[in-house]
Amino acid sequence: MTEAKIRTEEMLLNMGPQHPSTHGVFRVVVRTDGELILESQSHIGYLHRCFEKCAEGNNYLQVVPYTDRMDYLCAMMNNWGYAASIEKLTGIEVPERAEYIRVIVAELNRVASHLLAFGTYGLDIGAITPFLYAFRDRERILKIFEKLCGQRLNYSYVRIGGVTFDMTDEILSDIEAFCDYFDPKIIDEYDNLLSYNGIFISRTANVGVIPADLAISYGVTGPSLRGSGVPRDLRRDAPYGIYDRLEFDVPVGSGEMGQVGDCWDRYMVRMREMRQSIRLVRQAIKDIPDGPFCDKKAFRGVKPKAGETYKKVEGARGEVGFYVVSDGTNIPYRVKARAPSFCNISILDKLTSMSDVMLADLVAIIGSLDIVLGEVDR
Amino acid sequence: MARLEIGQIIAVLKEKLPEAVSEEVLDGVDPVIVVKAEQWAAVAELCRDDSRLGFDLLSCITGVDYPEREEGAEIEVIYNLDSTANLHELTVKVKLPRSDPRVASVEGTWATADWHERETYDLVGVIFEGHHNLVRILCADDWVGHPLRKDYEPPDSFHGIKNVIY
Repeated sequence: MTEAKIRTEEMLLNMGPQHPSTHGVFRVVVRTDGELILESQSHIGYLHRCFEKCAEGNNYLQVVPYTDRMDYLCAMMNNWGYAASIEKLTGIEVPERAEYIRVIVAELNRVASHLLAFGTYGLDIGAITPFLYAFRDRERILKIFEKLCGQRLNYSYVRIGGVTFDMTDEILSDIEAFCDYFDPKIIDEYDNLLSYNGIFISRTANVGVIPADLAISYGVTGPSLRGSGVPRDLRRDAPYGIYDRLEFDVPVGSGEMGQVGDCWDRYMVRMREMRQSIRLVRQAIKDIPDGPFCDKKAFRGVKPKAGETYKKVEGARGEVGFYVVSDGTNIPYRVKARAPSFCNISILDKLTSMSDVMLADLVAIIGSLDIVLGEVDR
Repeated sequence: MARLEIGQIIAVLKEKLPEAVSEEVLDGVDPVIVVKAEQWAAVAELCRDDSRLGFDLLSCITGVDYPEREEGAEIEVIYNLDSTANLHELTVKVKLPRSDPRVASVEGTWATADWHERETYDLVGVIFEGHHNLVRILCADDWVGHPLRKDYEPPDSFHGIKNVIY
Protein backbone atom coordinates (compact mmCIF):
# COMPACT_ATOMS: atom_id res chain seq x y z
CA MET A 1 0.00 0.00 0.00
CA THR A 2 1.41 3.41 -0.90
CA GLU A 3 1.23 6.29 1.44
CA ALA A 4 -1.13 9.00 0.30
CA LYS A 5 0.52 12.32 -0.32
CA ILE A 6 -1.01 14.43 2.38
CA ARG A 7 0.12 18.01 2.50
CA THR A 8 0.20 19.45 5.99
CA GLU A 9 0.25 23.11 6.73
CA GLU A 10 0.54 25.13 9.87
CA MET A 11 -2.58 27.03 10.74
CA LEU A 12 -3.33 30.02 12.93
CA LEU A 13 -6.50 29.53 14.94
CA ASN A 14 -8.23 32.14 16.98
CA MET A 15 -9.99 30.91 20.11
CA GLY A 16 -12.08 33.57 21.79
CA PRO A 17 -12.61 36.29 22.94
CA GLN A 18 -16.16 34.93 22.84
CA HIS A 19 -15.77 31.22 23.44
CA PRO A 20 -17.66 29.04 25.91
CA SER A 21 -14.55 27.25 27.16
CA THR A 22 -12.53 30.32 28.00
CA HIS A 23 -14.92 31.10 30.87
CA GLY A 24 -15.20 34.72 29.85
CA VAL A 25 -13.66 37.06 27.34
CA PHE A 26 -10.21 35.59 26.88
CA ARG A 27 -8.48 35.12 23.55
CA VAL A 28 -5.83 32.59 22.64
CA VAL A 29 -4.20 32.57 19.24
CA VAL A 30 -2.85 29.10 18.56
CA ARG A 31 -0.51 27.94 15.84
CA THR A 32 -1.44 24.38 15.05
CA ASP A 33 -0.02 21.51 13.08
CA GLY A 34 -3.04 19.33 12.54
CA GLU A 35 -4.46 18.64 15.99
CA LEU A 36 -1.21 19.55 17.71
CA ILE A 37 -0.56 22.96 19.18
CA LEU A 38 2.89 24.32 18.39
CA GLU A 39 2.54 27.63 20.14
CA SER A 40 -0.10 29.79 21.71
CA GLN A 41 -0.39 33.43 22.61
CA SER A 42 -2.86 34.68 25.20
CA HIS A 43 -4.51 38.07 24.90
CA ILE A 44 -6.28 39.56 27.88
CA GLY A 45 -7.75 42.95 28.69
CA TYR A 46 -11.19 42.57 27.12
CA LEU A 47 -12.82 43.00 30.51
CA HIS A 48 -10.56 45.75 31.84
CA ARG A 49 -12.69 48.04 33.99
CA CYS A 50 -9.90 50.14 35.50
CA PHE A 51 -10.32 48.94 39.09
CA GLU A 52 -7.06 50.54 40.15
CA LYS A 53 -7.91 53.87 38.54
CA CYS A 54 -11.41 53.86 40.04
CA ALA A 55 -9.94 53.14 43.47
CA GLU A 56 -7.93 56.37 43.29
CA GLY A 57 -11.12 58.38 42.91
CA ASN A 58 -13.21 56.89 45.71
CA ASN A 59 -12.79 56.81 49.45
CA TYR A 60 -11.70 53.65 51.25
CA LEU A 61 -15.23 52.39 51.90
CA GLN A 62 -16.38 53.03 48.35
CA VAL A 63 -13.66 50.79 46.94
CA VAL A 64 -15.20 47.66 48.53
CA PRO A 65 -17.90 47.09 45.84
CA TYR A 66 -15.24 47.25 43.12
CA THR A 67 -13.41 44.34 44.74
CA ASP A 68 -16.59 42.22 44.45
CA ARG A 69 -16.48 42.58 40.72
CA MET A 70 -12.95 41.31 40.34
CA ASP A 71 -13.48 37.66 41.15
CA TYR A 72 -17.25 37.60 41.19
CA LEU A 73 -17.33 33.90 42.04
CA CYS A 74 -15.62 34.31 45.39
CA ALA A 75 -16.32 37.93 46.23
CA MET A 76 -16.08 37.29 49.98
CA MET A 77 -12.35 36.62 49.75
CA ASN A 78 -11.74 39.70 47.63
CA ASN A 79 -13.64 41.81 50.15
CA TRP A 80 -11.65 40.19 52.91
CA GLY A 81 -8.32 40.73 51.18
CA TYR A 82 -9.04 44.42 50.71
CA ALA A 83 -10.47 44.86 54.20
CA ALA A 84 -7.52 43.02 55.74
CA SER A 85 -5.01 45.26 54.00
CA ILE A 86 -6.76 48.43 55.19
CA GLU A 87 -7.08 46.98 58.69
CA LYS A 88 -3.36 46.26 58.65
CA LEU A 89 -2.67 49.81 57.48
CA THR A 90 -4.88 51.48 60.08
CA GLY A 91 -4.49 49.00 62.93
CA ILE A 92 -8.24 48.53 63.27
CA GLU A 93 -9.13 45.56 65.47
CA VAL A 94 -11.82 43.29 64.11
CA PRO A 95 -14.30 41.97 66.71
CA GLU A 96 -14.00 38.28 67.50
CA ARG A 97 -17.47 37.44 66.23
CA ALA A 98 -16.77 39.11 62.90
CA GLU A 99 -13.65 36.98 62.46
CA TYR A 100 -15.70 33.81 62.89
CA ILE A 101 -18.40 35.06 60.54
CA ARG A 102 -15.72 35.87 57.97
CA VAL A 103 -14.38 32.32 58.09
CA ILE A 104 -17.88 30.87 57.72
CA VAL A 105 -18.84 33.01 54.72
CA ALA A 106 -15.44 32.75 53.06
CA GLU A 107 -15.36 28.97 53.28
CA LEU A 108 -18.95 28.67 52.05
CA ASN A 109 -18.00 30.96 49.20
CA ARG A 110 -15.01 28.74 48.47
CA VAL A 111 -17.33 25.74 48.23
CA ALA A 112 -19.67 27.68 45.91
CA SER A 113 -16.74 28.72 43.75
CA HIS A 114 -15.25 25.21 43.59
CA LEU A 115 -18.71 23.83 42.77
CA LEU A 116 -18.85 26.11 39.76
CA ALA A 117 -15.32 25.09 38.79
CA PHE A 118 -16.33 21.43 39.08
CA GLY A 119 -19.49 21.88 37.05
CA THR A 120 -18.02 23.93 34.25
CA TYR A 121 -14.95 21.70 34.06
CA GLY A 122 -17.21 18.75 33.36
CA LEU A 123 -18.97 20.86 30.77
CA ASP A 124 -15.66 21.77 29.10
CA ILE A 125 -14.67 18.13 28.83
CA GLY A 126 -18.07 17.03 27.59
CA ALA A 127 -19.88 15.82 30.73
CA ILE A 128 -23.01 17.91 30.96
CA THR A 129 -24.76 16.28 33.92
CA PRO A 130 -22.34 17.32 36.71
CA PHE A 131 -22.97 20.95 35.81
CA LEU A 132 -26.65 20.62 36.71
CA TYR A 133 -25.85 18.93 40.02
CA ALA A 134 -23.23 21.55 40.88
CA PHE A 135 -25.62 24.41 40.23
CA ARG A 136 -28.33 22.74 42.26
CA ASP A 137 -26.07 22.76 45.32
CA ARG A 138 -24.41 26.09 44.63
CA GLU A 139 -27.89 27.58 44.61
CA ARG A 140 -28.35 26.53 48.24
CA ILE A 141 -25.25 28.50 49.23
CA LEU A 142 -26.30 31.54 47.22
CA LYS A 143 -29.72 31.42 48.92
CA ILE A 144 -27.97 31.51 52.30
CA PHE A 145 -25.92 34.51 51.20
CA GLU A 146 -29.00 36.21 49.85
CA LYS A 147 -30.67 35.78 53.22
CA LEU A 148 -27.57 37.10 54.94
CA CYS A 149 -26.82 40.20 52.90
CA GLY A 150 -29.37 40.45 50.10
CA GLN A 151 -26.85 39.63 47.40
CA ARG A 152 -26.14 36.48 45.47
CA LEU A 153 -22.74 37.31 43.97
CA ASN A 154 -21.44 40.79 44.71
CA TYR A 155 -21.78 40.75 48.46
CA SER A 156 -19.66 43.67 49.75
CA TYR A 157 -20.30 41.81 52.99
CA VAL A 158 -16.83 41.78 54.52
CA ARG A 159 -15.92 45.39 55.11
CA ILE A 160 -13.20 47.33 56.86
CA GLY A 161 -13.62 46.62 60.57
CA GLY A 162 -16.03 43.70 60.42
CA VAL A 163 -19.00 42.46 58.44
CA THR A 164 -22.10 44.31 57.27
CA PHE A 165 -24.86 42.29 58.94
CA ASP A 166 -24.94 40.01 61.93
CA MET A 167 -25.30 36.27 61.44
CA THR A 168 -28.66 35.27 62.90
CA ASP A 169 -29.32 31.91 64.53
CA GLU A 170 -31.70 31.08 61.72
CA ILE A 171 -28.98 31.52 59.10
CA LEU A 172 -26.53 29.57 61.21
CA SER A 173 -28.94 26.64 61.34
CA ASP A 174 -29.43 26.95 57.57
CA ILE A 175 -25.69 26.68 57.11
CA GLU A 176 -25.49 23.68 59.44
CA ALA A 177 -28.27 22.03 57.49
CA PHE A 178 -26.37 22.66 54.27
CA CYS A 179 -23.18 21.16 55.72
CA ASP A 180 -25.05 18.04 56.82
CA TYR A 181 -26.67 17.74 53.44
CA PHE A 182 -23.48 18.34 51.50
CA ASP A 183 -20.70 16.51 53.29
CA PRO A 184 -19.98 13.64 52.87
CA LYS A 185 -22.95 12.36 50.87
CA ILE A 186 -23.05 14.86 48.02
CA ILE A 187 -19.28 15.19 47.53
CA ASP A 188 -19.04 11.39 47.39
CA GLU A 189 -21.74 11.51 44.76
CA TYR A 190 -19.69 14.00 42.73
CA ASP A 191 -16.63 11.78 42.99
CA ASN A 192 -18.64 8.82 41.70
CA LEU A 193 -20.20 10.91 38.99
CA LEU A 194 -17.11 12.60 37.57
CA SER A 195 -13.83 12.31 39.49
CA TYR A 196 -13.33 8.56 38.99
CA ASN A 197 -15.13 8.37 35.66
CA GLY A 198 -12.91 6.56 33.16
CA ILE A 199 -13.47 8.96 30.29
CA PHE A 200 -12.88 11.96 32.52
CA ILE A 201 -9.62 10.47 33.78
CA SER A 202 -8.38 9.78 30.25
CA ARG A 203 -9.14 13.36 29.29
CA THR A 204 -7.36 14.93 32.30
CA ALA A 205 -4.65 12.58 33.62
CA ASN A 206 -1.17 13.30 32.20
CA VAL A 207 -2.54 16.39 30.46
CA GLY A 208 -1.13 19.87 31.10
CA VAL A 209 1.46 18.75 33.62
CA ILE A 210 2.93 21.69 35.55
CA PRO A 211 6.13 20.86 37.47
CA ALA A 212 6.30 22.44 40.92
CA ASP A 213 9.26 24.73 40.25
CA LEU A 214 7.72 26.03 37.03
CA ALA A 215 4.44 26.71 38.80
CA ILE A 216 6.18 28.76 41.49
CA SER A 217 8.22 30.65 38.93
CA TYR A 218 5.05 31.63 37.09
CA GLY A 219 3.46 32.79 40.33
CA VAL A 220 0.79 30.09 40.22
CA THR A 221 -0.96 29.87 43.58
CA GLY A 222 -3.98 28.27 45.18
CA PRO A 223 -5.40 24.89 44.12
CA SER A 224 -3.46 25.05 40.85
CA LEU A 225 -0.17 25.23 42.75
CA ARG A 226 -1.22 22.60 45.28
CA GLY A 227 -2.14 20.35 42.37
CA SER A 228 1.56 20.38 41.52
CA GLY A 229 2.33 18.97 44.95
CA VAL A 230 3.39 22.20 46.71
CA PRO A 231 1.62 22.36 50.09
CA ARG A 232 1.37 26.15 50.20
CA ASP A 233 -1.78 27.57 51.71
CA LEU A 234 -1.80 31.02 53.30
CA ARG A 235 -4.49 29.96 55.76
CA ARG A 236 -1.92 27.67 57.31
CA ASP A 237 1.43 29.21 56.29
CA ALA A 238 0.65 32.85 57.09
CA PRO A 239 -2.55 32.60 59.14
CA TYR A 240 -4.87 35.58 59.10
CA GLY A 241 -8.15 35.99 60.93
CA ILE A 242 -8.71 32.98 63.18
CA TYR A 243 -7.42 30.27 60.86
CA ASP A 244 -4.65 29.40 63.31
CA ARG A 245 -7.28 28.18 65.78
CA LEU A 246 -9.00 25.86 63.34
CA GLU A 247 -8.00 22.42 62.17
CA PHE A 248 -7.88 21.51 58.51
CA ASP A 249 -5.72 19.63 56.03
CA VAL A 250 -4.13 21.04 52.90
CA PRO A 251 -4.79 18.60 50.04
CA VAL A 252 -2.05 18.39 47.41
CA GLY A 253 -1.79 16.61 44.11
CA SER A 254 0.14 13.32 44.18
CA GLY A 255 -0.19 12.02 40.64
CA GLU A 256 -2.72 9.33 41.56
CA MET A 257 -4.03 8.98 38.02
CA GLY A 258 -0.99 10.12 36.09
CA GLN A 259 1.80 12.58 36.79
CA VAL A 260 1.97 15.07 39.64
CA GLY A 261 0.58 18.41 38.49
CA ASP A 262 -1.70 17.21 35.73
CA CYS A 263 -5.22 18.47 35.16
CA TRP A 264 -6.76 15.69 37.23
CA ASP A 265 -4.60 16.61 40.23
CA ARG A 266 -5.65 20.26 40.06
CA TYR A 267 -9.26 19.24 39.72
CA MET A 268 -9.06 16.79 42.62
CA VAL A 269 -7.45 19.34 44.96
CA ARG A 270 -10.59 21.45 44.58
CA MET A 271 -12.86 18.51 45.31
CA ARG A 272 -10.90 17.69 48.46
CA GLU A 273 -10.76 21.32 49.52
CA MET A 274 -14.54 21.44 49.60
CA ARG A 275 -14.53 18.81 52.34
CA GLN A 276 -11.97 20.83 54.30
CA SER A 277 -13.99 24.01 53.86
CA ILE A 278 -17.08 22.31 55.28
CA ARG A 279 -14.92 21.09 58.16
CA LEU A 280 -13.81 24.69 58.82
CA VAL A 281 -17.37 25.99 58.67
CA ARG A 282 -18.52 23.39 61.19
CA GLN A 283 -15.73 24.33 63.63
CA ALA A 284 -16.42 28.03 63.26
CA ILE A 285 -20.14 27.57 63.86
CA LYS A 286 -19.42 25.51 66.96
CA ASP A 287 -17.14 28.15 68.51
CA ILE A 288 -18.74 31.39 67.32
CA PRO A 289 -18.86 33.85 70.23
CA ASP A 290 -21.46 36.51 70.97
CA GLY A 291 -20.59 40.16 70.68
CA PRO A 292 -20.40 42.97 68.15
CA PHE A 293 -19.96 42.10 64.48
CA CYS A 294 -18.32 45.31 63.34
CA ASP A 295 -16.25 48.28 64.39
CA LYS A 296 -18.93 50.98 64.06
CA LYS A 297 -16.38 53.78 63.85
CA ALA A 298 -14.54 52.17 60.96
CA PHE A 299 -17.86 51.70 59.14
CA ARG A 300 -18.35 55.48 59.08
CA GLY A 301 -15.05 55.99 57.29
CA VAL A 302 -11.34 55.43 57.70
CA LYS A 303 -8.41 57.74 57.27
CA PRO A 304 -5.16 55.79 57.55
CA LYS A 305 -1.92 57.55 58.34
CA ALA A 306 0.47 57.97 55.43
CA GLY A 307 2.05 54.61 54.75
CA GLU A 308 1.77 51.51 52.68
CA THR A 309 1.25 47.81 53.10
CA TYR A 310 0.74 44.55 51.25
CA LYS A 311 -1.61 41.90 52.53
CA LYS A 312 -2.78 38.73 50.89
CA VAL A 313 -5.37 36.12 51.70
CA GLU A 314 -6.11 32.70 50.28
CA GLY A 315 -8.91 33.05 47.76
CA ALA A 316 -10.61 30.20 45.92
CA ARG A 317 -8.20 30.58 43.00
CA GLY A 318 -5.04 31.53 44.84
CA GLU A 319 -3.50 34.38 46.72
CA VAL A 320 -5.51 37.59 46.55
CA GLY A 321 -3.22 40.48 47.46
CA PHE A 322 -3.73 44.20 47.83
CA TYR A 323 -0.92 46.72 47.88
CA VAL A 324 -2.36 49.92 49.34
CA VAL A 325 -0.58 53.27 49.55
CA SER A 326 -2.10 55.94 51.76
CA ASP A 327 -1.19 59.62 51.72
CA GLY A 328 -3.11 60.42 54.90
CA THR A 329 -6.40 61.38 53.26
CA ASN A 330 -9.61 59.34 53.10
CA ILE A 331 -8.95 58.43 49.46
CA PRO A 332 -6.32 55.80 48.64
CA TYR A 333 -3.26 57.13 46.82
CA ARG A 334 -2.80 53.81 45.04
CA VAL A 335 -4.44 50.41 45.26
CA LYS A 336 -2.87 47.54 43.41
CA ALA A 337 -4.63 44.20 43.28
CA ARG A 338 -2.73 40.97 42.85
CA ALA A 339 -5.25 38.75 41.14
CA PRO A 340 -4.47 35.01 41.33
CA SER A 341 -6.11 34.21 37.97
CA PHE A 342 -3.89 36.78 36.27
CA CYS A 343 -0.77 34.91 37.36
CA ASN A 344 -2.26 31.42 36.95
CA ILE A 345 -3.27 31.89 33.32
CA SER A 346 0.10 33.39 32.37
CA ILE A 347 1.56 29.86 32.45
CA LEU A 348 -0.70 28.72 29.58
CA ASP A 349 1.61 29.86 26.77
CA LYS A 350 4.52 28.08 28.42
CA LEU A 351 2.54 24.85 28.79
CA THR A 352 1.55 24.74 25.15
CA SER A 353 5.08 25.41 23.95
CA MET A 354 6.98 23.01 26.20
CA SER A 355 4.97 19.86 25.59
CA ASP A 356 2.77 18.33 22.92
CA VAL A 357 -0.68 19.67 23.62
CA MET A 358 -3.63 18.63 21.50
CA LEU A 359 -6.18 21.24 20.57
CA ALA A 360 -8.84 19.53 22.67
CA ASP A 361 -6.48 19.50 25.65
CA LEU A 362 -6.22 23.28 25.61
CA VAL A 363 -9.79 23.42 26.83
CA ALA A 364 -8.98 20.90 29.55
CA ILE A 365 -5.97 22.96 30.66
CA ILE A 366 -7.77 26.30 30.76
CA GLY A 367 -10.61 24.70 32.72
CA SER A 368 -8.25 23.07 35.20
CA LEU A 369 -6.61 26.44 35.94
CA ASP A 370 -10.09 27.74 36.84
CA ILE A 371 -9.76 31.37 35.82
CA VAL A 372 -12.23 34.19 36.25
CA LEU A 373 -11.71 36.86 33.63
CA GLY A 374 -13.18 39.58 35.79
CA GLU A 375 -10.14 39.13 37.96
CA VAL A 376 -7.59 38.65 35.19
CA ASP A 377 -8.47 42.03 33.69
CA ARG A 378 -9.81 43.85 36.74
CA MET B 1 15.34 26.24 56.34
CA ALA B 2 14.02 28.81 58.65
CA ARG B 3 12.07 31.99 58.61
CA LEU B 4 14.36 35.03 58.79
CA GLU B 5 13.65 38.40 60.34
CA ILE B 6 14.04 41.49 58.18
CA GLY B 7 17.39 42.33 59.84
CA GLN B 8 18.78 38.90 58.98
CA ILE B 9 17.54 39.16 55.39
CA ILE B 10 19.30 42.50 54.98
CA ALA B 11 22.46 41.01 56.52
CA VAL B 12 22.46 38.15 53.99
CA LEU B 13 21.97 40.61 51.13
CA LYS B 14 24.78 42.86 52.37
CA GLU B 15 27.12 39.93 52.84
CA LYS B 16 26.99 39.11 49.12
CA LEU B 17 26.29 42.55 47.68
CA PRO B 18 27.54 45.21 50.14
CA GLU B 19 26.14 48.09 48.08
CA ALA B 20 22.81 46.44 47.41
CA VAL B 21 20.57 48.03 50.00
CA SER B 22 20.60 51.81 49.70
CA GLU B 23 17.88 52.51 52.25
CA GLU B 24 16.04 50.58 54.94
CA VAL B 25 12.59 51.69 56.03
CA LEU B 26 11.82 49.59 59.08
CA ASP B 27 9.35 51.81 60.93
CA GLY B 28 6.50 51.49 58.42
CA VAL B 29 3.66 48.96 58.51
CA ASP B 30 5.77 46.59 56.42
CA PRO B 31 9.56 46.76 56.48
CA VAL B 32 10.82 47.90 53.09
CA ILE B 33 14.26 47.89 51.53
CA VAL B 34 15.20 50.24 48.72
CA VAL B 35 17.54 48.96 46.03
CA LYS B 36 19.33 51.03 43.41
CA ALA B 37 17.92 50.48 39.93
CA GLU B 38 21.23 49.37 38.44
CA GLN B 39 21.69 46.75 41.17
CA TRP B 40 18.19 45.29 41.10
CA ALA B 41 18.88 42.48 38.61
CA ALA B 42 21.76 41.17 40.73
CA VAL B 43 19.77 41.53 43.96
CA ALA B 44 16.82 39.70 42.40
CA GLU B 45 18.98 36.74 41.46
CA LEU B 46 20.56 36.65 44.89
CA CYS B 47 17.12 36.77 46.51
CA ARG B 48 16.01 33.74 44.54
CA ASP B 49 19.21 31.68 44.59
CA ASP B 50 20.53 32.07 48.13
CA SER B 51 18.99 29.18 50.03
CA ARG B 52 18.75 31.21 53.26
CA LEU B 53 16.56 33.71 51.42
CA GLY B 54 14.86 31.44 48.88
CA PHE B 55 12.46 34.04 47.48
CA ASP B 56 11.13 31.81 44.73
CA LEU B 57 7.71 33.43 44.37
CA LEU B 58 7.29 36.95 43.02
CA SER B 59 3.89 37.83 44.35
CA CYS B 60 3.27 41.30 42.98
CA ILE B 61 4.78 44.24 41.13
CA THR B 62 3.31 47.67 41.79
CA GLY B 63 4.19 50.96 40.16
CA VAL B 64 3.40 54.17 42.03
CA ASP B 65 3.71 57.64 40.55
CA TYR B 66 4.95 60.50 42.77
CA PRO B 67 5.07 63.63 40.60
CA GLU B 68 5.49 66.03 43.54
CA ARG B 69 8.37 64.73 45.59
CA GLU B 70 10.74 67.24 47.14
CA GLU B 71 13.80 65.32 45.92
CA GLY B 72 12.41 65.28 42.37
CA ALA B 73 9.51 63.55 40.66
CA GLU B 74 9.80 59.79 41.06
CA ILE B 75 8.17 56.53 40.16
CA GLU B 76 8.50 53.70 42.63
CA VAL B 77 8.37 50.11 41.53
CA ILE B 78 7.57 47.77 44.38
CA TYR B 79 8.29 44.05 44.30
CA ASN B 80 6.65 41.75 46.85
CA LEU B 81 8.67 38.57 47.24
CA ASP B 82 7.64 35.37 48.97
CA SER B 83 9.48 32.25 49.94
CA THR B 84 7.50 29.04 49.67
CA ALA B 85 10.10 27.09 51.66
CA ASN B 86 11.10 29.61 54.35
CA LEU B 87 7.73 31.35 54.58
CA HIS B 88 9.16 34.85 54.92
CA GLU B 89 8.38 37.85 52.75
CA LEU B 90 10.24 40.90 51.54
CA THR B 91 9.18 44.19 50.03
CA VAL B 92 11.75 45.69 47.69
CA LYS B 93 11.44 49.15 46.25
CA VAL B 94 13.26 50.62 43.28
CA LYS B 95 13.03 54.38 42.89
CA LEU B 96 13.24 55.73 39.36
CA PRO B 97 13.32 59.27 37.96
CA ARG B 98 9.89 60.11 36.58
CA SER B 99 11.34 61.65 33.42
CA ASP B 100 12.99 58.38 32.38
CA PRO B 101 11.80 55.43 34.49
CA ARG B 102 13.96 52.49 33.46
CA VAL B 103 14.79 49.36 35.40
CA ALA B 104 16.09 45.93 34.43
CA SER B 105 13.49 43.28 33.74
CA VAL B 106 13.48 40.29 36.09
CA GLU B 107 11.48 37.96 33.87
CA GLY B 108 14.54 35.73 33.63
CA THR B 109 14.54 35.35 37.40
CA TRP B 110 10.80 34.93 37.94
CA ALA B 111 8.76 34.04 34.86
CA THR B 112 5.67 35.66 36.38
CA ALA B 113 7.40 39.04 36.06
CA ASP B 114 6.65 38.91 32.31
CA TRP B 115 2.98 39.83 32.67
CA HIS B 116 3.39 41.90 35.82
CA GLU B 117 5.99 44.10 34.09
CA ARG B 118 3.82 44.45 31.03
CA GLU B 119 1.00 45.62 33.27
CA THR B 120 3.22 48.12 35.07
CA TYR B 121 4.47 49.39 31.72
CA ASP B 122 0.93 49.66 30.41
CA LEU B 123 -0.59 51.49 33.37
CA VAL B 124 2.32 53.40 34.90
CA GLY B 125 4.75 53.67 32.02
CA VAL B 126 7.84 52.07 33.50
CA ILE B 127 10.29 50.72 30.91
CA PHE B 128 11.63 47.28 31.83
CA GLU B 129 14.89 46.89 29.96
CA GLY B 130 15.55 43.45 28.53
CA HIS B 131 11.91 42.37 28.55
CA HIS B 132 11.28 40.21 25.48
CA ASN B 133 7.84 41.60 24.67
CA LEU B 134 7.12 44.86 26.46
CA VAL B 135 3.71 45.70 24.97
CA ARG B 136 0.44 46.77 26.54
CA ILE B 137 -1.51 44.02 28.24
CA LEU B 138 -4.74 45.48 29.69
CA CYS B 139 -5.32 48.58 27.58
CA ALA B 140 -5.72 48.46 23.81
CA ASP B 141 -2.50 48.35 21.78
CA ASP B 142 -3.04 51.84 20.36
CA TRP B 143 -4.02 53.45 23.68
CA VAL B 144 -2.22 56.71 24.39
CA GLY B 145 -0.70 57.48 27.76
CA HIS B 146 -0.37 55.58 31.01
CA PRO B 147 -3.61 55.79 33.02
CA LEU B 148 -2.14 55.48 36.50
CA ARG B 149 0.18 58.44 36.11
CA LYS B 150 -1.17 61.17 38.36
CA ASP B 151 -1.28 63.75 35.55
CA TYR B 152 -3.12 61.44 33.15
CA GLU B 153 -6.00 63.01 31.24
CA PRO B 154 -8.50 60.54 29.78
CA PRO B 155 -9.12 61.05 26.04
CA ASP B 156 -12.40 62.58 24.86
CA SER B 157 -13.03 59.66 22.57
CA PHE B 158 -11.45 56.39 21.50
CA HIS B 159 -12.07 55.18 17.92
CA GLY B 160 -15.24 57.20 17.79
CA ILE B 161 -16.53 55.99 21.16
CA LYS B 162 -17.20 59.04 23.31
CA ASN B 163 -15.93 59.25 26.86
CA VAL B 164 -19.20 59.99 28.66
CA ILE B 165 -18.89 61.20 32.24
CA TYR B 166 -22.12 60.95 34.19
